Amino acid sequence: MSELTRNEVERIAKLAHLDLTENEKELFVRQLANILNYFEELQQLDTSGVLATAHVHNDFGTEREDKSGKSLPTTDALANAPDPDPEAGLFKVPRVI
Amino acid sequence: MKNATPQAQTIQKEVTTGHVSAVEICREYLSKIDSLNPNLNAFNTIATEHALGAAKNIDIKRNTGKSLGPLAGVPIAIKDNLCVRGLRTTASSKVLSQYVPPYNATVIERLEAAGAVIIGKTNCDEFAMGSSNENSAFGAVMNPWDTTRAPGGSSGGSAAAVAANLVPVALGSDTGGSIRQPAALCGIVGLKPTYGRVSRYGLLAFASSLDQIGPMARSAADAALVLSVIAGSDSQDSTTSSEPVPDFLSELTGNVKGIRIGIPTSFINSGIDEEVGKAFELALNTLQNEGALLVEVDLPHARYAIPAYYLVATAEASSNLARYDGVRYGHRTSAKEIETLKEMYESTRDEGFGAEVKRRIMLGTYVLSAGYYDAYYRKAQQVRTLLRKDYEKTFQSVDVIAMPTTPTPSFSLGSKIDDPLQMYLGDIFTVSANLVGLPAISIPCGFVQATESNNTQKTLPIGLQLTGQMFDEATILRVADAYEQLTPWAQKTPDTVAT
Repeated sequence: MSELTRNEVERIAKLAHLDLTENEKELFVRQLANILNYFEELQQLDTSGVLATAHVHNDFGTEREDKSGKSLPTTDALANAPDPDPEAGLFKVPRVI
Repeated sequence: MKNATPQAQTIQKEVTTGHVSAVEICREYLSKIDSLNPNLNAFNTIATEHALGAAKNIDIKRNTGKSLGPLAGVPIAIKDNLCVRGLRTTASSKVLSQYVPPYNATVIERLEAAGAVIIGKTNCDEFAMGSSNENSAFGAVMNPWDTTRAPGGSSGGSAAAVAANLVPVALGSDTGGSIRQPAALCGIVGLKPTYGRVSRYGLLAFASSLDQIGPMARSAADAALVLSVIAGSDSQDSTTSSEPVPDFLSELTGNVKGIRIGIPTSFINSGIDEEVGKAFELALNTLQNEGALLVEVDLPHARYAIPAYYLVATAEASSNLARYDGVRYGHRTSAKEIETLKEMYESTRDEGFGAEVKRRIMLGTYVLSAGYYDAYYRKAQQVRTLLRKDYEKTFQSVDVIAMPTTPTPSFSLGSKIDDPLQMYLGDIFTVSANLVGLPAISIPCGFVQATESNNTQKTLPIGLQLTGQMFDEATILRVADAYEQLTPWAQKTPDTVAT
Protein backbone atom coordinates (compact mmCIF):
# COMPACT_ATOMS: atom_id res chain seq x y z
CA MET A 1 0.00 0.00 0.00
CA SER A 2 1.55 3.27 -1.11
CA GLU A 3 1.25 6.11 1.32
CA LEU A 4 1.38 9.51 -0.26
CA THR A 5 1.65 12.39 2.13
CA ARG A 6 0.65 15.96 1.57
CA ASN A 7 4.30 16.94 1.95
CA GLU A 8 5.20 14.60 -0.84
CA VAL A 9 2.52 16.06 -3.12
CA GLU A 10 3.92 19.51 -2.40
CA ARG A 11 7.46 18.32 -3.13
CA ILE A 12 6.40 16.82 -6.47
CA ALA A 13 4.42 19.96 -7.38
CA LYS A 14 7.59 22.01 -6.81
CA LEU A 15 9.57 19.71 -9.09
CA ALA A 16 6.83 19.96 -11.73
CA HIS A 17 6.57 23.77 -11.46
CA LEU A 18 2.91 23.66 -10.49
CA ASP A 19 1.53 26.10 -7.93
CA LEU A 20 -1.34 23.83 -6.85
CA THR A 21 -4.28 25.22 -4.91
CA GLU A 22 -5.18 23.77 -1.52
CA ASN A 23 -8.12 21.90 -3.08
CA GLU A 24 -5.90 20.39 -5.76
CA LYS A 25 -3.39 19.22 -3.17
CA GLU A 26 -6.12 17.53 -1.18
CA LEU A 27 -7.60 15.89 -4.27
CA PHE A 28 -4.23 14.69 -5.57
CA VAL A 29 -3.15 13.18 -2.23
CA ARG A 30 -6.19 10.91 -2.46
CA GLN A 31 -6.29 10.24 -6.22
CA LEU A 32 -2.57 9.74 -6.77
CA ALA A 33 -2.36 7.35 -3.81
CA ASN A 34 -5.22 5.35 -5.30
CA ILE A 35 -3.54 5.16 -8.73
CA LEU A 36 -0.07 4.38 -7.34
CA ASN A 37 -1.61 1.66 -5.25
CA TYR A 38 -3.03 0.09 -8.38
CA PHE A 39 0.41 0.34 -10.04
CA GLU A 40 1.73 -1.89 -7.24
CA GLU A 41 0.28 -4.80 -9.22
CA LEU A 42 3.47 -4.72 -11.29
CA GLN A 43 5.54 -5.66 -8.25
CA GLN A 44 4.04 -9.18 -8.46
CA LEU A 45 6.04 -9.74 -11.62
CA ASP A 46 9.59 -10.97 -11.40
CA THR A 47 11.48 -8.88 -13.94
CA SER A 48 15.01 -9.60 -12.82
CA GLY A 49 17.28 -9.85 -15.85
CA VAL A 50 14.67 -8.39 -18.21
CA LEU A 51 15.98 -5.59 -20.42
CA ALA A 52 14.03 -2.33 -20.42
CA THR A 53 12.23 -1.19 -23.58
CA ALA A 54 12.46 2.56 -24.01
CA HIS A 55 11.56 2.44 -27.67
CA VAL A 56 10.10 -0.26 -29.93
CA HIS A 57 12.35 0.07 -32.98
CA ASN A 58 16.04 -0.63 -33.09
CA ASP A 59 16.73 0.95 -36.45
CA PHE A 60 15.58 4.52 -35.99
CA GLY A 61 17.74 7.59 -35.91
CA THR A 62 19.07 7.50 -39.45
CA GLU A 63 21.74 10.09 -40.01
CA ARG A 64 21.53 12.91 -42.47
CA GLU A 65 24.06 15.26 -43.95
CA ASP A 66 25.12 18.00 -41.55
CA LYS A 67 23.71 20.81 -43.67
CA SER A 68 21.81 23.79 -42.34
CA GLY A 69 18.24 24.06 -43.59
CA LYS A 70 15.45 26.59 -43.38
CA SER A 71 14.68 27.84 -39.92
CA LEU A 72 11.90 29.93 -38.46
CA PRO A 73 12.26 33.72 -39.00
CA THR A 74 12.59 35.58 -35.68
CA THR A 75 9.31 37.46 -36.18
CA ASP A 76 7.43 34.16 -36.62
CA ALA A 77 9.17 32.63 -33.62
CA LEU A 78 8.17 35.60 -31.46
CA ALA A 79 4.61 35.87 -32.82
CA ASN A 80 3.07 33.65 -30.12
CA ALA A 81 5.13 34.91 -27.20
CA PRO A 82 3.25 36.46 -24.28
CA ASP A 83 5.92 39.15 -23.80
CA PRO A 84 8.21 39.48 -26.82
CA ASP A 85 10.66 42.20 -27.65
CA PRO A 86 10.62 42.04 -31.46
CA GLU A 87 13.22 44.77 -31.94
CA ALA A 88 15.78 43.06 -29.76
CA GLY A 89 14.57 39.63 -30.91
CA LEU A 90 13.98 38.42 -27.35
CA PHE A 91 11.46 36.65 -25.14
CA LYS A 92 11.09 38.68 -21.96
CA VAL A 93 10.69 37.04 -18.55
CA PRO A 94 10.55 38.32 -14.96
CA ARG A 95 13.85 39.30 -13.43
CA VAL A 96 16.14 36.30 -12.93
CA ILE A 97 19.00 37.80 -10.93
CA MET B 1 -30.97 4.45 -39.66
CA LYS B 2 -29.82 5.84 -42.96
CA ASN B 3 -27.00 4.98 -45.28
CA ALA B 4 -23.71 6.75 -44.94
CA THR B 5 -23.07 9.72 -47.23
CA PRO B 6 -20.50 9.48 -50.01
CA GLN B 7 -17.02 8.77 -48.80
CA ALA B 8 -13.61 10.20 -49.55
CA GLN B 9 -12.96 8.07 -52.61
CA THR B 10 -16.30 9.01 -54.17
CA ILE B 11 -15.73 12.70 -53.53
CA GLN B 12 -12.25 12.54 -55.04
CA LYS B 13 -13.62 10.86 -58.20
CA GLU B 14 -16.48 13.34 -58.57
CA VAL B 15 -14.20 16.33 -58.10
CA THR B 16 -11.55 14.93 -60.44
CA THR B 17 -14.06 14.19 -63.22
CA GLY B 18 -15.71 17.59 -62.72
CA HIS B 19 -19.17 16.27 -61.77
CA VAL B 20 -19.04 18.54 -58.78
CA SER B 21 -16.66 21.29 -57.74
CA ALA B 22 -14.47 21.13 -54.65
CA VAL B 23 -16.06 24.41 -53.52
CA GLU B 24 -19.57 22.88 -53.71
CA ILE B 25 -18.45 19.88 -51.66
CA CYS B 26 -16.76 22.17 -49.18
CA ARG B 27 -19.87 24.37 -48.78
CA GLU B 28 -22.06 21.29 -48.32
CA TYR B 29 -19.92 20.02 -45.43
CA LEU B 30 -19.51 23.49 -43.91
CA SER B 31 -23.28 23.85 -43.80
CA LYS B 32 -23.64 20.45 -42.11
CA ILE B 33 -21.06 21.53 -39.55
CA ASP B 34 -22.91 24.80 -38.98
CA SER B 35 -26.21 23.07 -38.35
CA LEU B 36 -25.06 20.05 -36.32
CA ASN B 37 -21.87 21.06 -34.53
CA PRO B 38 -23.75 23.06 -31.85
CA ASN B 39 -25.31 19.76 -30.68
CA LEU B 40 -21.99 17.90 -30.66
CA ASN B 41 -19.23 20.46 -29.89
CA ALA B 42 -16.94 18.42 -32.13
CA PHE B 43 -14.98 21.40 -33.47
CA ASN B 44 -12.78 23.88 -31.63
CA THR B 45 -12.23 25.87 -34.82
CA ILE B 46 -14.22 25.83 -38.06
CA ALA B 47 -11.81 26.92 -40.78
CA THR B 48 -14.30 28.33 -43.29
CA GLU B 49 -11.96 30.68 -45.16
CA HIS B 50 -9.00 28.32 -45.13
CA ALA B 51 -11.20 25.50 -46.48
CA LEU B 52 -12.92 27.52 -49.20
CA GLY B 53 -9.56 28.91 -50.32
CA ALA B 54 -8.08 25.41 -50.58
CA ALA B 55 -11.18 24.10 -52.39
CA LYS B 56 -11.04 26.97 -54.86
CA ASN B 57 -7.42 26.15 -55.64
CA ILE B 58 -8.39 22.56 -56.39
CA ASP B 59 -11.06 23.74 -58.81
CA ILE B 60 -8.62 26.11 -60.53
CA LYS B 61 -6.11 23.28 -60.89
CA ARG B 62 -8.75 21.05 -62.45
CA ASN B 63 -10.02 23.77 -64.78
CA THR B 64 -6.51 24.44 -66.02
CA GLY B 65 -5.94 20.78 -66.76
CA LYS B 66 -3.49 20.07 -63.94
CA SER B 67 -3.53 16.63 -62.36
CA LEU B 68 -5.24 16.29 -58.99
CA GLY B 69 -4.14 14.29 -55.97
CA PRO B 70 -5.68 11.17 -54.40
CA LEU B 71 -7.66 13.29 -51.91
CA ALA B 72 -8.63 16.12 -54.26
CA GLY B 73 -11.49 18.10 -52.79
CA VAL B 74 -11.96 15.76 -49.81
CA PRO B 75 -12.83 17.72 -46.65
CA ILE B 76 -10.90 16.52 -43.63
CA ALA B 77 -11.07 17.46 -39.95
CA ILE B 78 -7.82 17.64 -37.97
CA LYS B 79 -7.50 16.89 -34.29
CA ASP B 80 -6.58 20.10 -32.51
CA ASN B 81 -3.19 18.80 -31.34
CA LEU B 82 -1.79 18.89 -34.89
CA CYS B 83 -0.19 22.10 -36.12
CA VAL B 84 -1.72 23.77 -39.15
CA ARG B 85 0.06 26.93 -40.24
CA GLY B 86 -2.09 29.99 -39.57
CA LEU B 87 -4.94 28.03 -37.92
CA ARG B 88 -5.34 28.24 -34.17
CA THR B 89 -4.09 24.97 -32.60
CA THR B 90 -4.95 24.55 -28.92
CA ALA B 91 -4.71 20.86 -27.88
CA SER B 92 -7.99 21.82 -26.14
CA SER B 93 -5.90 23.51 -23.45
CA LYS B 94 -6.19 26.94 -21.91
CA VAL B 95 -2.40 27.10 -22.03
CA LEU B 96 -2.52 27.18 -25.86
CA SER B 97 -5.94 28.75 -26.37
CA GLN B 98 -4.52 31.50 -28.62
CA TYR B 99 -1.63 29.60 -30.24
CA VAL B 100 -1.31 29.98 -34.03
CA PRO B 101 1.42 27.68 -35.40
CA PRO B 102 3.99 29.19 -37.76
CA TYR B 103 4.47 25.79 -39.44
CA ASN B 104 2.57 22.74 -40.68
CA ALA B 105 2.79 19.24 -39.27
CA THR B 106 4.22 16.86 -41.88
CA VAL B 107 0.85 15.08 -42.16
CA ILE B 108 -0.76 18.43 -43.03
CA GLU B 109 1.80 19.10 -45.77
CA ARG B 110 1.11 15.65 -47.21
CA LEU B 111 -2.68 15.93 -47.00
CA GLU B 112 -2.69 19.32 -48.69
CA ALA B 113 -0.30 18.13 -51.39
CA ALA B 114 -2.79 15.31 -52.05
CA GLY B 115 -5.60 17.84 -52.45
CA ALA B 116 -7.37 17.37 -49.11
CA VAL B 117 -9.30 20.38 -47.80
CA ILE B 118 -8.76 21.10 -44.12
CA ILE B 119 -12.14 22.15 -42.82
CA GLY B 120 -11.53 22.56 -39.10
CA LYS B 121 -9.79 21.57 -35.91
CA THR B 122 -11.54 19.04 -33.73
CA ASN B 123 -12.07 19.01 -29.99
CA CYS B 124 -10.13 16.47 -27.94
CA ASP B 125 -9.10 15.74 -24.39
CA GLU B 126 -6.52 18.31 -23.29
CA PHE B 127 -3.14 17.30 -24.77
CA ALA B 128 -4.84 14.02 -25.78
CA MET B 129 -5.06 12.90 -22.16
CA GLY B 130 -8.38 11.19 -21.54
CA SER B 131 -10.85 8.56 -22.66
CA SER B 132 -14.07 10.58 -22.71
CA ASN B 133 -13.27 13.96 -24.27
CA GLU B 134 -14.48 15.61 -21.08
CA ASN B 135 -11.01 16.99 -20.26
CA SER B 136 -11.27 19.85 -22.74
CA ALA B 137 -11.01 23.58 -22.07
CA PHE B 138 -13.64 23.88 -24.84
CA GLY B 139 -16.16 21.61 -23.10
CA ALA B 140 -17.12 17.98 -23.65
CA VAL B 141 -17.97 16.49 -27.04
CA MET B 142 -21.32 14.68 -27.28
CA ASN B 143 -21.69 11.21 -28.80
CA PRO B 144 -23.87 11.49 -31.93
CA TRP B 145 -25.59 8.18 -31.01
CA ASP B 146 -26.75 9.61 -27.71
CA THR B 147 -25.81 13.16 -26.82
CA THR B 148 -25.93 12.40 -23.08
CA ARG B 149 -23.01 10.01 -23.55
CA ALA B 150 -19.27 10.41 -24.15
CA PRO B 151 -17.85 9.99 -27.67
CA GLY B 152 -14.74 8.44 -26.14
CA GLY B 153 -11.35 10.08 -26.24
CA SER B 154 -9.08 11.55 -26.70
CA SER B 155 -9.90 12.04 -30.43
CA GLY B 156 -13.59 12.43 -29.54
CA GLY B 157 -14.24 15.43 -31.77
CA SER B 158 -12.79 13.71 -34.84
CA ALA B 159 -14.83 10.56 -34.11
CA ALA B 160 -18.11 12.45 -33.52
CA ALA B 161 -17.58 14.57 -36.65
CA VAL B 162 -17.05 11.50 -38.86
CA ALA B 163 -19.91 9.54 -37.24
CA ALA B 164 -22.31 12.45 -37.77
CA ASN B 165 -21.17 12.92 -41.40
CA LEU B 166 -19.80 16.38 -40.71
CA VAL B 167 -16.68 15.25 -42.58
CA PRO B 168 -15.92 12.09 -44.58
CA VAL B 169 -12.55 11.59 -42.87
CA ALA B 170 -10.51 13.00 -40.00
CA LEU B 171 -7.12 12.66 -38.38
CA GLY B 172 -6.68 11.65 -34.77
CA SER B 173 -3.71 10.73 -32.60
CA ASP B 174 -3.40 7.57 -30.54
CA THR B 175 -1.14 7.20 -27.49
CA GLY B 176 -3.09 4.49 -25.64
CA GLY B 177 -6.23 4.08 -27.75
CA SER B 178 -7.19 7.67 -28.54
CA ILE B 179 -8.11 6.88 -32.15
CA ARG B 180 -9.54 3.37 -31.69
CA GLN B 181 -11.61 3.86 -28.53
CA PRO B 182 -13.62 6.89 -29.77
CA ALA B 183 -13.94 5.20 -33.19
CA ALA B 184 -15.51 2.19 -31.42
CA LEU B 185 -17.82 4.27 -29.24
CA CYS B 186 -18.97 6.39 -32.22
CA GLY B 187 -19.34 3.48 -34.69
CA ILE B 188 -16.62 4.36 -37.19
CA VAL B 189 -13.24 3.04 -38.40
CA GLY B 190 -10.07 4.23 -36.61
CA LEU B 191 -6.53 3.12 -37.37
CA LYS B 192 -3.40 3.49 -35.25
CA PRO B 193 -0.49 2.81 -37.59
CA THR B 194 2.74 1.09 -36.58
CA TYR B 195 4.99 3.30 -34.44
CA GLY B 196 7.26 5.08 -36.93
CA ARG B 197 4.92 4.68 -39.90
CA VAL B 198 3.65 8.27 -39.77
CA SER B 199 5.73 11.35 -38.95
CA ARG B 200 4.94 12.99 -35.61
CA TYR B 201 6.50 16.30 -36.64
CA GLY B 202 3.99 19.01 -35.70
CA LEU B 203 2.01 16.79 -33.32
CA LEU B 204 1.94 18.39 -29.87
CA ALA B 205 3.78 15.65 -28.00
CA PHE B 206 2.14 13.69 -25.17
CA ALA B 207 4.22 10.49 -24.84
CA SER B 208 6.78 10.39 -27.61
CA SER B 209 7.53 6.65 -27.55
CA LEU B 210 3.79 5.84 -27.88
CA ASP B 211 2.16 8.63 -29.95
CA GLN B 212 1.04 7.92 -33.53
CA ILE B 213 -1.19 9.88 -35.91
CA GLY B 214 -3.82 7.97 -37.88
CA PRO B 215 -7.01 8.18 -39.96
CA MET B 216 -10.62 8.01 -38.80
CA ALA B 217 -13.21 7.23 -41.48
CA ARG B 218 -16.49 5.55 -42.40
CA SER B 219 -14.75 2.67 -44.14
CA ALA B 220 -11.51 0.70 -44.11
CA ALA B 221 -11.00 1.82 -47.73
CA ASP B 222 -11.01 5.51 -46.80
CA ALA B 223 -8.69 4.82 -43.87
CA ALA B 224 -6.36 3.00 -46.28
CA LEU B 225 -6.46 5.91 -48.72
CA VAL B 226 -5.59 8.51 -46.07
CA LEU B 227 -2.87 6.30 -44.57
CA SER B 228 -1.21 5.92 -48.00
CA VAL B 229 -1.02 9.72 -48.20
CA ILE B 230 0.31 10.48 -44.71
CA ALA B 231 2.68 7.51 -44.21
CA GLY B 232 6.40 7.33 -44.90
CA SER B 233 9.74 8.51 -43.63
CA ASP B 234 10.34 12.15 -42.81
CA SER B 235 13.63 13.90 -42.14
CA GLN B 236 11.84 16.05 -39.52
CA ASP B 237 11.06 12.98 -37.35
CA SER B 238 14.00 10.67 -36.75
CA THR B 239 11.68 7.97 -35.37
CA THR B 240 9.94 7.50 -38.74
CA SER B 241 10.83 4.30 -40.53
CA SER B 242 12.23 3.96 -44.02
CA GLU B 243 10.01 0.87 -44.50
CA PRO B 244 8.39 1.20 -47.97
CA VAL B 245 4.75 2.35 -47.92
CA PRO B 246 2.48 0.06 -49.93
CA ASP B 247 -0.60 1.29 -51.80
CA PHE B 248 -2.92 0.19 -49.01
CA LEU B 249 -6.05 0.50 -51.19
CA SER B 250 -4.81 -2.14 -53.62
CA GLU B 251 -4.30 -4.54 -50.70
CA LEU B 252 -8.05 -4.65 -50.02
CA THR B 253 -8.83 -7.87 -51.83
CA GLY B 254 -11.94 -8.75 -49.86
CA ASN B 255 -10.44 -12.18 -49.23
CA VAL B 256 -9.80 -13.51 -45.72
CA LYS B 257 -9.44 -17.19 -46.63
CA GLY B 258 -6.68 -18.79 -44.60
CA ILE B 259 -6.00 -15.68 -42.50
CA ARG B 260 -5.15 -16.84 -38.97
CA ILE B 261 -6.90 -14.76 -36.32
CA GLY B 262 -5.57 -15.11 -32.78
CA ILE B 263 -8.01 -14.66 -29.89
CA PRO B 264 -6.65 -14.13 -26.36
CA THR B 265 -9.83 -15.48 -24.77
CA SER B 266 -8.79 -15.57 -21.13
CA PHE B 267 -7.55 -11.97 -21.26
CA ILE B 268 -10.72 -10.76 -23.00
CA ASN B 269 -13.06 -12.48 -20.56
CA SER B 270 -11.49 -10.76 -17.58
CA GLY B 271 -14.09 -8.04 -17.29
CA ILE B 272 -16.11 -7.41 -20.38
CA ASP B 273 -19.73 -6.36 -20.88
CA GLU B 274 -21.84 -9.41 -21.82
CA GLU B 275 -23.38 -7.76 -24.88
CA VAL B 276 -19.97 -6.66 -26.14
CA GLY B 277 -18.76 -10.24 -25.74
CA LYS B 278 -21.67 -11.58 -27.81
CA ALA B 279 -21.10 -9.10 -30.63
CA PHE B 280 -17.40 -9.98 -30.63
CA GLU B 281 -18.18 -13.72 -30.92
CA LEU B 282 -20.58 -13.06 -33.79
CA ALA B 283 -17.96 -10.98 -35.60
CA LEU B 284 -15.46 -13.83 -35.31
CA ASN B 285 -18.03 -16.32 -36.62
CA THR B 286 -18.65 -14.09 -39.63
CA LEU B 287 -14.95 -14.07 -40.46
CA GLN B 288 -14.65 -17.81 -39.82
CA ASN B 289 -17.51 -18.49 -42.27
CA GLU B 290 -15.47 -16.67 -44.91
CA GLY B 291 -12.52 -18.98 -44.39
CA ALA B 292 -10.54 -17.22 -41.68
CA LEU B 293 -9.01 -19.55 -39.10
CA LEU B 294 -9.61 -18.82 -35.43
CA VAL B 295 -6.69 -19.65 -33.15
CA GLU B 296 -6.71 -19.53 -29.36
CA VAL B 297 -3.70 -17.51 -28.13
CA ASP B 298 -2.31 -16.32 -24.83
CA LEU B 299 -0.86 -12.90 -23.96
CA PRO B 300 0.15 -13.59 -20.36
CA HIS B 301 1.43 -10.06 -19.66
CA ALA B 302 -1.48 -8.17 -21.20
CA ARG B 303 -3.10 -7.84 -17.79
CA TYR B 304 -0.16 -5.67 -16.69
CA ALA B 305 -0.49 -3.35 -19.67
CA ILE B 306 -2.56 -0.66 -17.93
CA PRO B 307 -0.16 0.08 -15.06
CA ALA B 308 2.84 -0.21 -17.43
CA TYR B 309 1.18 2.13 -19.89
CA TYR B 310 0.16 4.78 -17.36
CA LEU B 311 3.66 4.76 -15.88
CA VAL B 312 5.43 5.21 -19.22
CA ALA B 313 2.86 7.67 -20.60
CA THR B 314 2.77 9.97 -17.56
CA ALA B 315 6.57 9.92 -17.21
CA GLU B 316 7.00 11.00 -20.83
CA ALA B 317 4.16 13.52 -20.51
CA SER B 318 5.68 15.21 -17.47
CA SER B 319 8.83 15.76 -19.49
CA ASN B 320 7.11 16.81 -22.75
CA LEU B 321 4.80 19.30 -21.05
CA ALA B 322 7.67 21.08 -19.28
CA ARG B 323 7.85 23.31 -22.37
CA TYR B 324 4.60 25.11 -21.48
CA ASP B 325 6.13 27.71 -19.22
CA GLY B 326 4.69 30.99 -20.45
CA VAL B 327 7.89 32.15 -22.15
CA ARG B 328 7.89 31.34 -25.87
CA TYR B 329 4.18 30.74 -26.54
CA GLY B 330 0.88 30.23 -24.82
CA HIS B 331 -0.69 31.49 -21.65
CA ARG B 332 1.31 33.48 -19.09
CA THR B 333 -0.09 34.33 -15.70
CA SER B 334 -1.21 37.89 -15.17
CA ALA B 335 -1.10 37.55 -11.38
CA LYS B 336 0.22 40.81 -9.93
CA GLU B 337 2.40 39.48 -7.13
CA ILE B 338 4.76 37.54 -9.41
CA GLU B 339 8.36 38.53 -8.79
CA THR B 340 10.57 35.65 -9.85
CA LEU B 341 10.82 33.49 -12.93
CA LYS B 342 9.98 30.39 -10.91
CA GLU B 343 6.80 31.97 -9.56
CA MET B 344 5.83 32.90 -13.10
CA TYR B 345 6.30 29.29 -14.25
CA GLU B 346 4.36 27.85 -11.34
CA SER B 347 1.35 30.16 -11.61
CA THR B 348 1.27 30.00 -15.41
CA ARG B 349 1.19 26.21 -15.38
CA ASP B 350 -1.36 25.90 -12.61
CA GLU B 351 -3.67 28.34 -14.41
CA GLY B 352 -3.06 26.92 -17.88
CA PHE B 353 -3.49 23.17 -17.37
CA GLY B 354 -6.69 21.31 -16.54
CA ALA B 355 -7.10 18.74 -13.75
CA GLU B 356 -6.27 15.57 -15.71
CA VAL B 357 -3.14 17.07 -17.26
CA LYS B 358 -1.92 18.21 -13.85
CA ARG B 359 -2.69 14.77 -12.40
CA ARG B 360 -0.57 13.12 -15.09
CA ILE B 361 2.29 15.62 -14.79
CA MET B 362 2.28 14.94 -11.03
CA LEU B 363 2.24 11.15 -11.51
CA GLY B 364 4.97 11.29 -14.13
CA THR B 365 7.15 13.58 -12.04
CA TYR B 366 6.66 11.28 -9.04
CA VAL B 367 7.59 8.06 -10.84
CA LEU B 368 10.70 9.67 -12.35
CA SER B 369 11.83 11.26 -9.09
CA ALA B 370 14.82 10.03 -7.12
CA GLY B 371 14.11 6.82 -5.24
CA TYR B 372 11.11 5.78 -7.33
CA TYR B 373 12.61 5.45 -10.81
CA ASP B 374 13.53 1.76 -10.52
CA ALA B 375 10.38 0.69 -8.73
CA TYR B 376 8.05 2.33 -11.22
CA TYR B 377 9.49 3.61 -14.48
CA ARG B 378 12.15 0.97 -15.04
CA LYS B 379 9.75 -1.76 -13.98
CA ALA B 380 7.19 -0.52 -16.51
CA GLN B 381 9.80 -0.57 -19.27
CA GLN B 382 10.69 -4.15 -18.36
CA VAL B 383 7.03 -5.14 -18.54
CA ARG B 384 7.00 -3.51 -21.94
CA THR B 385 9.74 -5.93 -23.00
CA LEU B 386 7.76 -8.93 -21.68
CA LEU B 387 4.67 -7.75 -23.54
CA ARG B 388 6.66 -7.39 -26.77
CA LYS B 389 7.83 -10.97 -26.36
CA ASP B 390 4.21 -12.12 -25.86
CA TYR B 391 3.25 -10.51 -29.15
CA GLU B 392 6.35 -11.73 -31.01
CA LYS B 393 5.63 -15.29 -29.94
CA THR B 394 1.95 -15.04 -30.78
CA PHE B 395 2.63 -13.68 -34.25
CA GLN B 396 4.66 -16.78 -35.07
CA SER B 397 1.36 -18.63 -35.39
CA VAL B 398 -1.23 -15.99 -36.35
CA ASP B 399 -1.56 -13.08 -38.81
CA VAL B 400 -3.78 -10.79 -36.72
CA ILE B 401 -4.98 -10.68 -33.13
CA ALA B 402 -8.65 -9.87 -32.46
CA MET B 403 -10.11 -8.27 -29.33
CA PRO B 404 -13.03 -6.02 -28.58
CA THR B 405 -11.83 -2.40 -28.72
CA THR B 406 -13.49 -1.51 -25.42
CA PRO B 407 -15.00 -3.57 -22.59
CA THR B 408 -18.26 -1.56 -22.67
CA PRO B 409 -20.19 0.70 -25.03
CA SER B 410 -20.24 4.48 -24.50
CA PHE B 411 -20.93 5.68 -20.95
CA SER B 412 -22.81 8.71 -19.65
CA LEU B 413 -21.00 12.04 -19.59
CA GLY B 414 -19.90 12.76 -16.03
CA SER B 415 -20.13 9.13 -14.88
CA LYS B 416 -16.38 8.45 -14.60
CA ILE B 417 -14.81 11.88 -14.51
CA ASP B 418 -14.35 11.94 -10.72
CA ASP B 419 -12.69 8.52 -10.66
CA PRO B 420 -9.57 8.71 -12.84
CA LEU B 421 -8.51 5.12 -12.15
CA GLN B 422 -11.91 3.82 -13.32
CA MET B 423 -11.45 5.84 -16.53
CA TYR B 424 -7.95 4.39 -17.06
CA LEU B 425 -9.16 0.80 -16.66
CA GLY B 426 -11.44 1.22 -19.71
CA ASP B 427 -8.27 1.34 -21.87
CA ILE B 428 -7.46 -2.30 -21.10
CA PHE B 429 -7.68 -3.56 -24.72
CA THR B 430 -6.05 -0.62 -26.49
CA VAL B 431 -2.89 0.33 -24.58
CA SER B 432 -0.86 -2.78 -25.48
CA ALA B 433 -0.61 -1.89 -29.17
CA ASN B 434 1.08 1.39 -28.22
CA LEU B 435 3.45 -0.20 -25.73
CA VAL B 436 4.63 -2.70 -28.36
CA GLY B 437 4.34 -0.32 -31.35
CA LEU B 438 2.06 -2.54 -33.45
CA PRO B 439 -0.65 -1.30 -35.84
CA ALA B 440 -4.26 -1.75 -34.71
CA ILE B 441 -7.63 -0.85 -36.18
CA SER B 442 -11.09 -0.55 -34.67
CA ILE B 443 -14.08 -1.23 -36.91
CA PRO B 444 -17.80 -1.20 -36.12
CA CYS B 445 -18.97 -4.72 -35.20
CA GLY B 446 -22.52 -4.27 -34.00
CA PHE B 447 -24.81 -2.41 -31.67
CA VAL B 448 -26.08 -2.91 -28.17
CA GLN B 449 -29.29 -1.60 -26.60
CA ALA B 450 -28.86 0.54 -23.51
CA THR B 451 -31.69 1.68 -21.29
CA GLU B 452 -31.62 5.32 -20.28
CA SER B 453 -32.63 6.60 -16.86
CA ASN B 454 -35.97 7.69 -18.37
CA ASN B 455 -36.47 4.14 -19.69
CA THR B 456 -35.94 4.98 -23.36
CA GLN B 457 -33.74 2.63 -25.36
CA LYS B 458 -30.58 3.84 -27.06
CA THR B 459 -28.66 1.99 -29.72
CA LEU B 460 -24.92 2.21 -29.13
CA PRO B 461 -22.12 1.03 -31.45
CA ILE B 462 -19.22 -1.16 -30.40
CA GLY B 463 -15.90 -1.96 -32.03
CA LEU B 464 -13.81 -4.93 -33.10
CA GLN B 465 -10.07 -4.37 -32.77
CA LEU B 466 -7.56 -6.10 -35.03
CA THR B 467 -3.87 -5.86 -34.21
CA GLY B 468 -1.34 -6.62 -36.93
CA GLN B 469 2.35 -7.35 -37.19
CA MET B 470 4.97 -4.60 -37.36
CA PHE B 471 4.35 -2.47 -40.50
CA ASP B 472 1.59 -4.82 -41.64
CA GLU B 473 -1.32 -2.37 -41.70
CA ALA B 474 -2.25 -3.98 -45.03
CA THR B 475 -3.47 -7.22 -43.46
CA ILE B 476 -5.61 -5.62 -40.74
CA LEU B 477 -7.08 -3.26 -43.34
CA ARG B 478 -7.82 -6.22 -45.60
CA VAL B 479 -9.65 -8.12 -42.84
CA ALA B 480 -11.46 -4.93 -41.79
CA ASP B 481 -12.59 -4.21 -45.34
CA ALA B 482 -13.74 -7.79 -45.92
CA TYR B 483 -15.71 -7.77 -42.66
CA GLU B 484 -17.30 -4.46 -43.66
CA GLN B 485 -18.54 -6.00 -46.93
CA LEU B 486 -20.17 -8.85 -44.98
CA THR B 487 -21.97 -6.75 -42.36
CA PRO B 488 -24.17 -3.63 -42.34
CA TRP B 489 -22.51 -1.93 -39.36
CA ALA B 490 -20.23 0.58 -41.10
CA GLN B 491 -23.18 1.91 -43.12
CA LYS B 492 -25.19 2.96 -40.07
CA THR B 493 -25.58 6.61 -39.20
CA PRO B 494 -27.16 7.93 -36.01
CA ASP B 495 -30.77 9.04 -36.62
CA THR B 496 -30.49 12.04 -34.36
CA VAL B 497 -28.00 13.81 -36.56
CA ALA B 498 -28.50 12.36 -40.06
CA THR B 499 -29.44 15.00 -42.59
